[in-house]
Amino acid sequence: MAEADIKSSSNEFAKLFSEKANELMGRLENNDLAGAVGLIQDLQKVRDENLYQEIGQLTRALHESIKNFKINGNAPGAGSDIDEAHEGLQYVVEMTAKAANKTMDKVDESMPLSEAISNEASDIQQEWNRFLNKDLSAAEFRDLTKRISTFLENTEQNTRKLNGNLSDILLAQDFQDLTGQVIQRITAMVTDVESRLVNLVAMAGHVDQMTGIKHKEIEVPDEEHDPNKGVGPQLNAEDKEDVASGQDDVDDLLSSLGF
Amino acid sequence: MKILVVDDFSTMRRIIKNLLRDLGFTNTQEADDGNTALPMLQSGDFDFLVTDWNMPGMTGIELLKHVREDERLKKLPVLMVTAEAKRDQIVAAAQAGVNGYVIKPFTAAVLKEKIEKIFERVEG
Repeated sequence: MAEADIKSSSNEFAKLFSEKANELMGRLENNDLAGAVGLIQDLQKVRDENLYQEIGQLTRALHESIKNFKINGNAPGAGSDIDEAHEGLQYVVEMTAKAANKTMDKVDESMPLSEAISNEASDIQQEWNRFLNKDLSAAEFRDLTKRISTFLENTEQNTRKLNGNLSDILLAQDFQDLTGQVIQRITAMVTDVESRLVNLVAMAGHVDQMTGIKHKEIEVPDEEHDPNKGVGPQLNAEDKEDVASGQDDVDDLLSSLGF
Repeated sequence: MKILVVDDFSTMRRIIKNLLRDLGFTNTQEADDGNTALPMLQSGDFDFLVTDWNMPGMTGIELLKHVREDERLKKLPVLMVTAEAKRDQIVAAAQAGVNGYVIKPFTAAVLKEKIEKIFERVEG
């Protein structure tokens, strides 16, 4: 049920109520007691009818919400929106872990290759400089040419492998698109659930209004946060006074403590 | 130099281990929270502890406190590598006796600098 509908039905009820109340005052002033009693009965009837209507709407909205949330009373969580969100976030954790591991595997594979190229190039350069300085014997030069030839061959293979690894690392970043879509879907779902809950609370509020039910403020216990437990990464750390915005901030704080 | 790396995420343990390896520290072991780490520390001859804060089971700050209370471990250098960035948390870690505090995300250079600083002070 749309928010506008709730407001208008509530306003109509209030309008009708105040009209009837004015009429009641008039009848009492004119000593029309029978008419006044009749009016009170009318008022009661209007209130009851509206109340039934509101409770009916509330019940229907609850039913619809339960249906929409796909909450299954027999198996909590199974197939519900919450369950889907749970699965979606689990998927994000798995995908990001997979991408991180794939990237690290490829880096682990690549580092020895580039190190080998670097080491061999530096060795050959030393020999080459000896050759340029005419310090190399003929036999050493023959060795050097063989070495250079092998090096070029290996480098060709190693760089091809490195290129392949870099391209795999690039592809491993495709999780960003997939997890992004899942997270956006969950964000939309949470917003939807929130607005439906707000609507239910508003409808229940009308019932309270008509019946005159006053709820005691439900005190949500202010959970004392265990300082030993972490809170995870800070969002918008720059805007928060009590949060270090970076390593420099941490270092400043620690050095002010005598570190 | 035997190092214990404690983090509940295996990818982060791997990153730290790789960075440590690049710094020349190849003898590293892993634990996924304080409950697993503490017995390893008590029975092994570790020279250095790198720990996250936010972990299920025993958190990093609790692990640090246990280490400082343990007669045999109390002098063990501890580096905290964590996403926890609240000022009172950093102060709490300092009071509990942490030797260095690196916040995530971090760079290889920062990790290197903090580790070197800790060993300078320990040795000096």
